[in-house]
Amino acid sequence: MSLSRDEVEKIAHLARLAVRPEDLEGYARELSGILAFVEQMDAADTEGVTPMAHPVEASQRLRPDEPDEPDRRDRFQAIAPSVEAGLYLVPRVIE
Amino acid sequence: MHEKTIAELAAALQAREVSSVELTEHYLRRIETLDDALNGYITVTAEQALEAARAADEARAQGRAGPLTGVPVAHKDIFCTEGVRTSCGSRMLDNFVAPYDAGVVERFKAAGCPVLGKTNMDEFAMGSSNETSYYGPVKNPWDTERVPGGSSGGSAAVVAARLAPGATGTDTGGSIRQPAALTGITGLKPTYGRVSRWGMVAFASSLDQGGPMARTAEDCALLLNVMAGFDRRDSTSLERPGEDFTTALDRPVKGLRVGLPKPFFGEGMAPAVARVLEEAIDHYRGLGVEFREVDLPNAGLAVPAYYVVAPAECSSNLARFDGVRYGYRCEDPRDLLDLYTRSRGEGFGAEVQRRIMVGTYALSAGYFDAYYLKAQKIRRLIADDFARAFQEVDVLLGPTTPDTAFRLGEKTDDPVSMYLSDIYTIAVNLAGLPGMSLPAGLADGLPVGMQLIGNYFDEARLLGMAHQYQMGTEWHRMAPGGFN
Repeated sequence: MSLSRDEVEKIAHLARLAVRPEDLEGYARELSGILAFVEQMDAADTEGVTPMAHPVEASQRLRPDEPDEPDRRDRFQAIAPSVEAGLYLVPRVIE
Repeated sequence: MHEKTIAELAAALQAREVSSVELTEHYLRRIETLDDALNGYITVTAEQALEAARAADEARAQGRAGPLTGVPVAHKDIFCTEGVRTSCGSRMLDNFVAPYDAGVVERFKAAGCPVLGKTNMDEFAMGSSNETSYYGPVKNPWDTERVPGGSSGGSAAVVAARLAPGATGTDTGGSIRQPAALTGITGLKPTYGRVSRWGMVAFASSLDQGGPMARTAEDCALLLNVMAGFDRRDSTSLERPGEDFTTALDRPVKGLRVGLPKPFFGEGMAPAVARVLEEAIDHYRGLGVEFREVDLPNAGLAVPAYYVVAPAECSSNLARFDGVRYGYRCEDPRDLLDLYTRSRGEGFGAEVQRRIMVGTYALSAGYFDAYYLKAQKIRRLIADDFARAFQEVDVLLGPTTPDTAFRLGEKTDDPVSMYLSDIYTIAVNLAGLPGMSLPAGLADGLPVGMQLIGNYFDEARLLGMAHQYQMGTEWHRMAPGGFN
Protein backbone atom coordinates (compact mmCIF):
# COMPACT_ATOMS: atom_id res chain seq x y z
CA MET A 1 0.00 0.00 0.00
CA SER A 2 1.49 3.29 -1.07
CA LEU A 3 0.01 6.52 0.23
CA SER A 4 -0.09 9.70 -1.80
CA ARG A 5 0.46 13.19 -0.49
CA ASP A 6 -3.28 13.85 -0.72
CA GLU A 7 -4.12 10.73 1.24
CA VAL A 8 -1.72 11.76 4.00
CA GLU A 9 -3.37 15.16 4.08
CA LYS A 10 -6.74 13.47 4.51
CA ILE A 11 -5.48 11.14 7.27
CA ALA A 12 -3.85 14.08 9.05
CA HIS A 13 -7.17 15.91 8.94
CA LEU A 14 -9.01 12.89 10.38
CA ALA A 15 -6.41 12.73 13.16
CA ARG A 16 -6.67 16.51 13.71
CA LEU A 17 -2.96 17.04 13.05
CA ALA A 18 -1.76 20.19 11.31
CA VAL A 19 1.00 18.91 9.05
CA ARG A 20 3.09 21.50 7.23
CA PRO A 21 2.82 21.16 3.44
CA GLU A 22 6.57 20.62 3.15
CA ASP A 23 6.34 17.63 5.53
CA LEU A 24 3.60 15.80 3.60
CA GLU A 25 5.97 14.18 1.12
CA GLY A 26 8.17 12.76 3.89
CA TYR A 27 5.23 11.43 5.83
CA ALA A 28 3.80 9.83 2.67
CA ARG A 29 7.09 7.99 2.13
CA GLU A 30 7.45 6.88 5.76
CA LEU A 31 3.83 5.84 6.24
CA SER A 32 3.95 3.90 2.97
CA GLY A 33 7.07 2.13 4.24
CA ILE A 34 5.36 1.22 7.52
CA LEU A 35 2.23 -0.02 5.75
CA ALA A 36 4.31 -2.08 3.31
CA PHE A 37 6.08 -3.60 6.32
CA VAL A 38 2.89 -4.51 8.19
CA GLU A 39 1.51 -6.14 5.06
CA GLN A 40 3.77 -9.09 5.89
CA MET A 41 0.70 -10.06 7.93
CA ASP A 42 -0.99 -11.11 4.69
CA ALA A 43 1.22 -14.19 4.59
CA ALA A 44 -0.58 -15.66 7.59
CA ASP A 45 -3.66 -17.79 7.12
CA THR A 46 -6.09 -16.44 9.70
CA GLU A 47 -9.22 -18.12 8.36
CA GLY A 48 -11.49 -18.97 11.29
CA VAL A 49 -9.15 -17.48 13.92
CA THR A 50 -10.94 -15.59 16.70
CA PRO A 51 -9.43 -12.12 17.02
CA MET A 52 -7.71 -11.48 20.34
CA ALA A 53 -8.62 -8.06 21.66
CA HIS A 54 -6.90 -8.49 24.94
CA PRO A 55 -4.24 -10.69 26.55
CA VAL A 56 -6.23 -11.54 29.64
CA GLU A 57 -9.64 -13.01 28.98
CA ALA A 58 -11.27 -11.36 31.95
CA SER A 59 -14.69 -9.78 31.92
CA GLN A 60 -15.27 -6.21 32.98
CA ARG A 61 -15.78 -5.83 36.69
CA LEU A 62 -19.02 -4.40 37.98
CA ARG A 63 -19.26 -2.11 40.97
CA PRO A 64 -22.14 -0.54 42.85
CA ASP A 65 -23.33 2.63 41.13
CA GLU A 66 -22.17 4.96 43.85
CA PRO A 67 -20.11 8.11 43.32
CA ASP A 68 -16.60 7.56 44.68
CA GLU A 69 -14.60 10.36 43.08
CA PRO A 70 -14.28 13.59 45.04
CA ASP A 71 -14.99 16.87 43.23
CA ARG A 72 -11.60 18.10 42.02
CA ARG A 73 -12.74 20.56 39.39
CA ASP A 74 -10.63 23.40 40.76
CA ARG A 75 -7.45 21.30 40.67
CA PHE A 76 -8.10 20.09 37.16
CA GLN A 77 -8.99 23.53 35.86
CA ALA A 78 -5.87 25.03 37.42
CA ILE A 79 -3.79 23.27 34.73
CA ALA A 80 -6.05 24.18 31.80
CA PRO A 81 -4.81 26.64 29.14
CA SER A 82 -7.82 28.93 29.52
CA VAL A 83 -10.76 28.88 31.94
CA GLU A 84 -13.29 31.35 33.19
CA ALA A 85 -16.00 30.97 35.83
CA GLY A 86 -15.43 27.22 35.94
CA LEU A 87 -15.70 26.81 32.17
CA TYR A 88 -13.06 25.80 29.61
CA LEU A 89 -12.63 28.54 27.03
CA VAL A 90 -12.20 27.82 23.31
CA PRO A 91 -12.51 30.08 20.24
CA ARG A 92 -16.07 31.07 19.43
CA VAL A 93 -17.91 28.23 17.63
CA ILE A 94 -21.31 29.91 17.08
CA GLU A 95 -21.35 33.21 15.24
CA MET B 1 27.41 3.53 48.74
CA HIS B 2 26.00 3.61 45.19
CA GLU B 3 27.72 0.29 44.49
CA LYS B 4 25.23 -1.41 46.78
CA THR B 5 22.12 -3.11 45.41
CA ILE B 6 18.67 -2.25 46.71
CA ALA B 7 18.75 -5.36 48.92
CA GLU B 8 22.09 -4.24 50.37
CA LEU B 9 20.92 -0.65 50.84
CA ALA B 10 17.78 -1.86 52.62
CA ALA B 11 19.98 -3.92 54.96
CA ALA B 12 22.31 -0.96 55.59
CA LEU B 13 19.33 1.26 56.42
CA GLN B 14 17.95 -1.37 58.74
CA ALA B 15 21.31 -1.75 60.49
CA ARG B 16 21.43 2.07 60.85
CA GLU B 17 24.75 2.14 58.95
CA VAL B 18 23.32 4.92 56.84
CA SER B 19 20.25 7.12 56.97
CA SER B 20 17.83 7.70 54.13
CA VAL B 21 18.77 11.40 54.13
CA GLU B 22 22.47 10.53 53.70
CA LEU B 23 21.65 8.07 50.96
CA THR B 24 19.33 10.45 49.14
CA GLU B 25 21.86 13.29 49.38
CA HIS B 26 24.52 10.98 47.97
CA TYR B 27 22.43 10.11 44.92
CA LEU B 28 21.37 13.74 44.39
CA ARG B 29 25.05 14.75 44.36
CA ARG B 30 25.84 12.05 41.82
CA ILE B 31 22.95 13.19 39.64
CA GLU B 32 24.19 16.77 39.81
CA THR B 33 27.72 15.91 38.76
CA LEU B 34 27.12 13.04 36.34
CA ASP B 35 23.72 13.38 34.68
CA ASP B 36 24.71 16.21 32.33
CA ALA B 37 26.64 13.62 30.35
CA LEU B 38 23.62 11.30 30.14
CA ASN B 39 20.45 13.43 30.17
CA GLY B 40 18.74 10.62 32.08
CA TYR B 41 16.51 12.85 34.20
CA ILE B 42 13.94 15.30 32.87
CA THR B 43 13.09 16.59 36.34
CA VAL B 44 15.08 16.15 39.56
CA THR B 45 12.89 16.44 42.65
CA ALA B 46 15.58 17.10 45.26
CA GLU B 47 13.43 18.90 47.82
CA GLN B 48 10.60 16.36 47.78
CA ALA B 49 13.12 13.51 47.90
CA LEU B 50 14.85 14.91 50.98
CA GLU B 51 11.54 15.55 52.69
CA ALA B 52 10.49 11.95 52.01
CA ALA B 53 13.89 10.75 53.22
CA ARG B 54 13.48 12.61 56.51
CA ALA B 55 10.03 11.06 56.92
CA ALA B 56 11.50 7.63 56.16
CA ASP B 57 14.21 8.05 58.80
CA GLU B 58 11.58 9.15 61.30
CA ALA B 59 9.38 6.16 60.46
CA ARG B 60 12.36 3.87 61.03
CA ALA B 61 13.18 5.54 64.36
CA GLN B 62 9.61 4.88 65.43
CA GLY B 63 9.73 1.26 64.34
CA ARG B 64 7.37 1.78 61.40
CA ALA B 65 9.78 0.91 58.57
CA GLY B 66 8.87 -1.51 55.79
CA PRO B 67 11.31 -3.54 53.68
CA LEU B 68 12.28 -0.65 51.35
CA THR B 69 11.61 2.37 53.58
CA GLY B 70 14.23 5.01 52.82
CA VAL B 71 15.56 3.49 49.58
CA PRO B 72 15.40 6.19 46.87
CA VAL B 73 14.00 5.39 43.42
CA ALA B 74 13.29 7.21 40.16
CA HIS B 75 10.07 7.16 38.14
CA LYS B 76 9.79 7.11 34.39
CA ASP B 77 8.18 10.42 33.43
CA ILE B 78 5.09 8.56 32.21
CA PHE B 79 3.81 8.04 35.77
CA CYS B 80 1.74 10.94 37.10
CA THR B 81 3.28 12.54 40.19
CA GLU B 82 1.12 15.00 42.10
CA GLY B 83 2.56 18.51 42.06
CA VAL B 84 5.46 17.52 39.79
CA ARG B 85 5.66 17.94 36.02
CA THR B 86 4.77 14.73 34.18
CA SER B 87 5.94 15.34 30.61
CA CYS B 88 5.88 11.88 29.04
CA GLY B 89 8.86 13.14 27.04
CA SER B 90 6.57 15.42 25.02
CA ARG B 91 6.20 19.10 24.33
CA MET B 92 2.47 18.37 24.64
CA LEU B 93 2.88 17.82 28.39
CA ASP B 94 5.88 20.07 29.03
CA ASN B 95 3.64 22.32 31.16
CA PHE B 96 1.60 19.50 32.74
CA VAL B 97 1.86 19.32 36.52
CA ALA B 98 -0.06 16.19 37.42
CA PRO B 99 -3.00 16.81 39.78
CA TYR B 100 -2.79 13.28 41.22
CA ASP B 101 -0.43 10.35 41.76
CA ALA B 102 -0.37 7.22 39.59
CA GLY B 103 -1.25 3.98 41.40
CA VAL B 104 2.40 2.91 41.16
CA VAL B 105 3.58 6.25 42.56
CA GLU B 106 1.16 5.96 45.50
CA ARG B 107 2.55 2.52 46.27
CA PHE B 108 6.16 3.75 46.38
CA LYS B 109 5.10 6.64 48.61
CA ALA B 110 3.35 4.23 50.96
CA ALA B 111 6.48 2.06 50.97
CA GLY B 112 8.54 5.08 52.10
CA CYS B 113 10.76 5.38 49.01
CA PRO B 114 12.01 8.93 48.27
CA VAL B 115 11.71 9.83 44.57
CA LEU B 116 14.91 11.32 43.12
CA GLY B 117 13.22 12.50 39.94
CA LYS B 118 11.46 11.71 36.71
CA THR B 119 13.43 9.95 34.02
CA ASN B 120 13.72 10.75 30.33
CA MET B 121 11.91 8.62 27.77
CA ASP B 122 10.86 8.42 24.16
CA GLU B 123 7.90 10.72 23.54
CA PHE B 124 4.75 8.99 24.82
CA ALA B 125 6.89 5.82 25.07
CA MET B 126 7.06 5.57 21.27
CA GLY B 127 10.60 4.73 20.35
CA SER B 128 13.40 2.24 20.87
CA SER B 129 16.35 4.59 21.32
CA ASN B 130 15.17 7.48 23.49
CA GLU B 131 15.82 9.79 20.57
CA THR B 132 12.17 10.89 20.17
CA SER B 133 12.16 12.71 23.54
CA TYR B 134 11.34 16.42 23.44
CA TYR B 135 14.10 16.81 26.04
CA GLY B 136 16.82 15.36 23.84
CA PRO B 137 18.24 11.86 23.65
CA VAL B 138 19.60 9.94 26.64
CA LYS B 139 23.18 8.70 26.25
CA ASN B 140 24.26 5.18 27.06
CA PRO B 141 26.66 5.29 30.04
CA TRP B 142 28.74 2.51 28.44
CA ASP B 143 29.43 4.72 25.42
CA THR B 144 27.88 8.16 25.32
CA GLU B 145 27.83 8.13 21.51
CA ARG B 146 25.35 5.29 21.66
CA VAL B 147 21.68 5.05 22.58
CA PRO B 148 20.49 3.50 25.85
CA GLY B 149 17.50 1.93 24.12
CA GLY B 150 13.94 2.94 24.73
CA SER B 151 11.43 3.87 25.56
CA SER B 152 12.49 3.61 29.24
CA GLY B 153 15.98 4.77 28.26
CA GLY B 154 16.31 7.32 31.05
CA SER B 155 15.42 4.80 33.75
CA ALA B 156 17.87 2.28 32.26
CA ALA B 157 20.71 4.80 31.96
CA VAL B 158 20.37 6.19 35.49
CA VAL B 159 20.25 2.71 37.04
CA ALA B 160 23.25 1.57 34.98
CA ALA B 161 25.19 4.73 35.91
CA ARG B 162 24.30 4.37 39.60
CA LEU B 163 22.29 7.59 39.61
CA ALA B 164 19.40 5.66 41.19
CA PRO B 165 19.37 2.24 42.84
CA GLY B 166 16.22 1.29 40.95
CA ALA B 167 13.56 2.83 38.74
CA THR B 168 10.17 2.22 37.26
CA GLY B 169 9.65 1.64 33.57
CA THR B 170 6.86 0.68 31.21
CA ASP B 171 6.93 -1.91 28.47
CA THR B 172 4.50 -1.87 25.53
CA GLY B 173 6.70 -3.67 23.01
CA GLY B 174 10.00 -4.08 24.84
CA SER B 175 10.47 -0.69 26.48
CA ILE B 176 11.76 -2.14 29.77
CA ARG B 177 13.66 -5.16 28.46
CA GLN B 178 15.38 -3.61 25.42
CA PRO B 179 16.95 -0.65 27.29
CA ALA B 180 17.80 -2.96 30.21
CA ALA B 181 19.72 -5.15 27.75
CA LEU B 182 21.53 -2.25 26.08
CA THR B 183 22.66 -0.75 29.41
CA GLY B 184 23.54 -3.96 31.26
CA ILE B 185 20.83 -3.92 33.92
CA THR B 186 17.95 -6.20 34.91
CA GLY B 187 14.35 -5.34 34.03
CA LEU B 188 11.05 -7.15 34.20
CA LYS B 189 7.81 -6.73 32.29
CA PRO B 190 5.13 -8.40 34.42
CA THR B 191 2.07 -10.30 33.20
CA TYR B 192 -0.42 -7.85 31.71
CA GLY B 193 -2.66 -6.62 34.52
CA ARG B 194 -0.24 -7.15 37.42
CA VAL B 195 0.76 -3.50 37.79
CA SER B 196 -1.82 -0.72 37.85
CA ARG B 197 -2.10 1.46 34.77
CA TRP B 198 -3.95 4.14 36.76
CA GLY B 199 -2.14 7.43 36.20
CA MET B 200 0.31 5.89 33.74
CA VAL B 201 -0.06 7.92 30.54
CA ALA B 202 -1.70 5.55 28.05
CA PHE B 203 -0.01 4.57 24.78
CA ALA B 204 -1.47 1.19 23.71
CA SER B 205 -3.72 0.13 26.53
CA SER B 206 -3.96 -3.59 25.76
CA LEU B 207 -0.15 -3.84 25.79
CA ASP B 208 1.11 -1.23 28.30
CA GLN B 209 2.52 -2.66 31.51
CA GLY B 210 4.68 -1.08 34.20
CA GLY B 211 7.58 -2.92 35.76
CA PRO B 212 10.82 -2.64 37.74
CA MET B 213 14.32 -1.83 36.49
CA ALA B 214 17.31 -2.40 38.77
CA ARG B 215 20.72 -4.04 38.75
CA THR B 216 19.72 -7.49 39.99
CA ALA B 217 16.82 -9.90 39.83
CA GLU B 218 16.56 -9.78 43.61
CA ASP B 219 16.14 -6.00 43.45
CA CYS B 220 13.50 -6.33 40.73
CA ALA B 221 11.61 -8.77 42.96
CA LEU B 222 11.72 -6.28 45.85
CA LEU B 223 10.50 -3.46 43.61
CA LEU B 224 7.78 -5.63 42.09
CA ASN B 225 6.56 -6.41 45.61
CA VAL B 226 5.89 -2.68 45.94
CA MET B 227 4.47 -2.15 42.44
CA ALA B 228 2.17 -5.11 41.85
CA GLY B 229 -1.36 -5.43 43.17
CA PHE B 230 -5.00 -4.91 42.36
CA ASP B 231 -6.21 -1.38 41.65
CA ARG B 232 -9.95 -0.97 41.10
CA ARG B 233 -9.30 2.25 39.15
CA ASP B 234 -7.64 0.26 36.34
CA SER B 235 -10.34 -1.71 34.51
CA THR B 236 -7.85 -4.42 33.45
CA SER B 237 -6.11 -4.75 36.81
CA LEU B 238 -6.08 -8.39 37.91
CA GLU B 239 -7.76 -9.35 41.15
CA ARG B 240 -5.27 -11.77 42.63
CA PRO B 241 -4.09 -12.44 46.15
CA GLY B 242 -0.92 -10.58 47.14
CA GLU B 243 2.28 -12.36 46.19
CA ASP B 244 5.84 -12.17 47.48
CA PHE B 245 8.03 -12.25 44.37
CA THR B 246 11.18 -13.05 46.37
CA THR B 247 9.99 -16.50 47.44
CA ALA B 248 11.54 -18.42 44.52
CA LEU B 249 14.87 -16.57 44.47
CA ASP B 250 16.75 -19.31 46.30
CA ARG B 251 15.06 -22.23 44.57
CA PRO B 252 17.60 -24.35 42.64
CA VAL B 253 17.04 -24.47 38.87
CA LYS B 254 18.04 -28.13 38.58
CA GLY B 255 15.55 -29.97 36.40
CA LEU B 256 13.96 -26.78 35.09
CA ARG B 257 12.81 -27.29 31.47
CA VAL B 258 13.81 -24.33 29.34
CA GLY B 259 12.88 -23.83 25.71
CA LEU B 260 15.06 -22.13 23.11
CA PRO B 261 12.66 -20.62 20.55
CA LYS B 262 13.90 -21.51 17.07
CA PRO B 263 12.98 -18.17 15.47
CA PHE B 264 14.98 -16.30 18.15
CA PHE B 265 18.21 -18.04 17.21
CA GLY B 266 18.05 -17.38 13.48
CA GLU B 267 20.08 -15.15 11.22
CA GLY B 268 18.88 -11.85 12.73
CA MET B 269 21.07 -12.18 15.82
CA ALA B 270 24.58 -10.66 15.79
CA PRO B 271 27.32 -13.32 16.19
CA ALA B 272 28.67 -11.60 19.32
CA VAL B 273 25.23 -11.79 20.95
CA ALA B 274 24.95 -15.47 19.96
CA ARG B 275 28.32 -16.22 21.60
CA VAL B 276 27.30 -14.56 24.87
CA LEU B 277 24.01 -16.48 24.92
CA GLU B 278 25.80 -19.77 24.26
CA GLU B 279 27.91 -19.18 27.37
CA ALA B 280 24.86 -18.31 29.45
CA ILE B 281 23.12 -21.48 28.30
CA ASP B 282 26.23 -23.48 29.24
CA HIS B 283 26.20 -21.89 32.68
CA TYR B 284 22.58 -22.93 33.19
CA ARG B 285 23.37 -26.44 31.91
CA GLY B 286 25.98 -26.62 34.63
CA LEU B 287 23.25 -25.81 37.16
CA GLY B 288 21.14 -28.70 35.87
CA VAL B 289 18.76 -26.86 33.54
CA GLU B 290 17.42 -29.01 30.70
CA PHE B 291 17.23 -27.25 27.34
CA ARG B 292 15.21 -28.14 24.29
CA GLU B 293 14.35 -26.34 21.09
CA VAL B 294 10.77 -25.13 20.71
CA ASP B 295 9.06 -23.53 17.76
CA LEU B 296 7.03 -20.34 17.75
CA PRO B 297 5.93 -20.53 14.12
CA ASN B 298 4.19 -17.15 14.05
CA ALA B 299 6.87 -15.16 15.90
CA GLY B 300 7.94 -13.47 12.67
CA LEU B 301 4.54 -11.82 12.41
CA ALA B 302 4.78 -10.15 15.82
CA VAL B 303 6.43 -6.88 14.76
CA PRO B 304 4.09 -6.27 11.78
CA ALA B 305 1.00 -7.05 13.90
CA TYR B 306 2.31 -4.83 16.70
CA TYR B 307 2.75 -1.88 14.34
CA VAL B 308 -0.97 -2.08 13.60
CA VAL B 309 -2.30 -2.76 17.11
CA ALA B 310 -0.09 -0.24 18.94
CA PRO B 311 -0.64 2.70 16.53
CA ALA B 312 -4.38 1.96 16.40
CA GLU B 313 -4.67 2.11 20.18
CA CYS B 314 -2.33 5.12 20.31
CA SER B 315 -4.41 7.09 17.79
CA SER B 316 -7.44 6.53 20.00
CA ASN B 317 -5.68 7.20 23.33
CA LEU B 318 -3.92 10.36 22.15
CA ALA B 319 -7.16 11.86 20.85
CA ARG B 320 -7.57 13.24 24.38
CA PHE B 321 -4.84 15.82 23.78
CA ASP B 322 -6.93 18.59 22.31
CA GLY B 323 -5.41 21.80 23.67
CA VAL B 324 -8.53 22.48 25.71
CA ARG B 325 -8.30 20.88 29.12
CA TYR B 326 -4.56 20.52 29.80
CA GLY B 327 -1.27 20.35 28.01
CA TYR B 328 0.00 22.41 25.08
CA ARG B 329 -2.21 24.95 23.31
CA CYS B 330 -1.10 26.74 20.14
CA GLU B 331 -0.90 30.53 20.02
CA ASP B 332 -3.90 32.54 18.75
CA PRO B 333 -6.14 29.80 17.34
CA ARG B 334 -8.42 31.06 14.57
CA ASP B 335 -11.23 28.65 15.34
CA LEU B 336 -11.84 25.37 17.14
CA LEU B 337 -10.44 23.20 14.32
CA ASP B 338 -7.33 25.34 14.16
CA LEU B 339 -6.98 25.01 17.94
CA TYR B 340 -7.12 21.21 17.75
CA THR B 341 -4.93 20.70 14.71
CA ARG B 342 -2.19 23.17 15.52
CA SER B 343 -2.05 22.26 19.22
CA ARG B 344 -1.58 18.62 18.20
CA GLY B 345 0.65 19.31 15.21
CA GLU B 346 2.97 21.52 17.27
CA GLY B 347 2.70 19.56 20.53
CA PHE B 348 3.52 16.08 19.15
CA GLY B 349 6.84 15.09 17.61
CA ALA B 350 7.29 13.31 14.28
CA GLU B 351 7.26 9.69 15.50
CA VAL B 352 4.11 10.22 17.56
CA GLN B 353 2.43 11.85 14.57
CA ARG B 354 3.49 8.98 12.32
CA ARG B 355 1.94 6.46 14.68
CA ILE B 356 -1.26 8.45 15.15
CA MET B 357 -1.62 8.59 11.37
CA VAL B 358 -0.89 4.88 10.86
CA GLY B 359 -3.45 4.07 13.55
CA THR B 360 -6.03 6.46 12.14
CA TYR B 361 -5.58 4.89 8.72
CA ALA B 362 -5.74 1.30 10.03
CA LEU B 363 -8.96 2.02 11.89
CA SER B 364 -10.65 3.95 9.08
CA ALA B 365 -13.67 2.63 7.21
CA GLY B 366 -12.71 0.11 4.56
CA TYR B 367 -9.33 -0.75 6.07
CA PHE B 368 -10.31 -2.01 9.52
CA ASP B 369 -10.59 -5.69 8.52
CA ALA B 370 -7.38 -5.75 6.51
CA TYR B 371 -5.29 -4.18 9.24
CA TYR B 372 -6.69 -4.13 12.76
CA LEU B 373 -8.78 -7.30 12.64
CA LYS B 374 -6.00 -9.17 10.83
CA ALA B 375 -3.51 -8.06 13.46
CA GLN B 376 -5.76 -9.23 16.27
CA LYS B 377 -6.10 -12.63 14.65
CA ILE B 378 -2.33 -12.89 14.39
CA ARG B 379 -2.14 -11.89 18.01
CA ARG B 380 -4.23 -14.97 18.82
CA LEU B 381 -1.92 -17.20 16.73
CA ILE B 382 1.10 -15.85 18.60
CA ALA B 383 -0.51 -16.36 22.02
CA ASP B 384 -1.45 -19.94 20.98
CA ASP B 385 2.18 -20.61 19.96
CA PHE B 386 3.34 -19.63 23.44
CA ALA B 387 0.61 -21.72 25.07
CA ARG B 388 1.82 -24.78 23.15
CA ALA B 389 5.44 -24.10 24.09
CA PHE B 390 4.55 -23.82 27.77
CA GLN B 391 3.02 -27.29 27.67
CA GLU B 392 6.52 -28.60 27.06
CA VAL B 393 8.77 -26.21 28.96
CA ASP B 394 8.69 -23.99 32.06
CA VAL B 395 10.54 -20.97 30.71
CA LEU B 396 11.78 -19.70 27.34
CA LEU B 397 15.27 -18.25 26.93
CA GLY B 398 16.65 -16.15 24.10
CA PRO B 399 18.28 -12.85 23.23
CA THR B 400 16.60 -9.60 24.29
CA THR B 401 17.85 -7.65 21.29
CA PRO B 402 19.45 -8.64 17.97
CA ASP B 403 22.55 -6.55 18.68
CA THR B 404 24.23 -4.32 21.27
CA ALA B 405 23.52 -0.58 21.61
CA PHE B 406 23.52 1.26 18.29
CA ARG B 407 24.89 4.74 17.62
CA LEU B 408 22.84 7.88 18.14
CA GLY B 409 21.24 8.79 14.82
CA GLU B 410 21.96 5.39 13.27
CA LYS B 411 18.30 4.38 12.86
CA THR B 412 16.43 7.67 13.11
CA ASP B 413 15.90 8.04 9.33
CA ASP B 414 14.25 4.66 8.92
CA PRO B 415 11.28 3.96 11.23
CA VAL B 416 11.05 0.30 10.20
CA SER B 417 14.71 -0.49 11.00
CA MET B 418 14.14 1.09 14.44
CA TYR B 419 11.03 -1.06 14.93
CA LEU B 420 13.04 -4.22 14.25
CA SER B 421 15.27 -3.65 17.28
CA ASP B 422 12.29 -4.97 19.30
CA ILE B 423 11.96 -8.14 17.23
CA TYR B 424 12.47 -10.49 20.22
CA THR B 425 10.44 -8.57 22.79
CA ILE B 426 7.19 -7.66 21.05
CA ALA B 427 5.55 -11.10 20.87
CA VAL B 428 5.60 -11.23 24.68
CA ASN B 429 3.48 -8.05 24.89
CA LEU B 430 1.03 -9.26 22.27
CA ALA B 431 0.45 -12.40 24.35
CA GLY B 432 0.48 -10.52 27.69
CA LEU B 433 3.18 -12.78 29.17
CA PRO B 434 5.86 -11.83 31.70
CA GLY B 435 9.39 -11.39 30.37
CA MET B 436 12.66 -10.07 31.68
CA SER B 437 16.13 -9.12 30.54
CA LEU B 438 19.32 -9.61 32.52
CA PRO B 439 22.93 -8.85 31.64
CA ALA B 440 24.76 -11.93 30.31
CA GLY B 441 28.06 -10.56 29.06
CA LEU B 442 29.87 -7.96 27.00
CA ALA B 443 30.52 -7.73 23.29
CA ASP B 444 33.13 -5.14 22.26
CA GLY B 445 32.70 -3.48 25.64
CA LEU B 446 28.92 -3.19 25.34
CA PRO B 447 26.37 -5.11 27.44
CA VAL B 448 24.41 -8.03 26.01
CA GLY B 449 21.03 -8.98 27.47
CA MET B 450 19.48 -12.41 27.91
CA GLN B 451 15.71 -12.65 27.84
CA LEU B 452 13.62 -15.03 29.94
CA ILE B 453 9.93 -15.44 29.11
CA GLY B 454 7.50 -17.13 31.48
CA ASN B 455 3.95 -18.34 31.46
CA TYR B 456 1.23 -16.07 32.87
CA PHE B 457 1.87 -15.12 36.52
CA ASP B 458 5.28 -16.84 36.56
CA GLU B 459 7.27 -13.72 37.51
CA ALA B 460 8.61 -15.35 40.69
CA ARG B 461 9.98 -18.28 38.70
CA LEU B 462 11.65 -15.96 36.17
CA LEU B 463 13.19 -13.87 38.93
CA GLY B 464 14.41 -17.02 40.66
CA MET B 465 15.99 -18.37 37.50
CA ALA B 466 17.70 -15.01 36.92
CA HIS B 467 18.85 -14.80 40.54
CA GLN B 468 20.41 -18.27 40.36
CA TYR B 469 22.41 -17.10 37.32
CA GLN B 470 23.48 -13.91 39.08
CA MET B 471 24.62 -15.91 42.13
CA GLY B 472 27.21 -17.62 39.93
CA THR B 473 28.18 -14.82 37.55
CA GLU B 474 29.45 -11.25 37.80
CA TRP B 475 27.86 -9.54 34.78
CA HIS B 476 25.25 -7.73 36.87
CA ARG B 477 28.06 -6.16 38.94
CA MET B 478 29.77 -4.51 35.98
CA ALA B 479 29.65 -0.74 36.05
CA PRO B 480 30.27 1.49 33.05
CA GLY B 481 33.60 3.35 33.25
CA GLY B 482 33.27 6.82 34.74
CA PHE B 483 30.15 5.88 36.67
CA ASN B 484 31.52 3.23 39.05
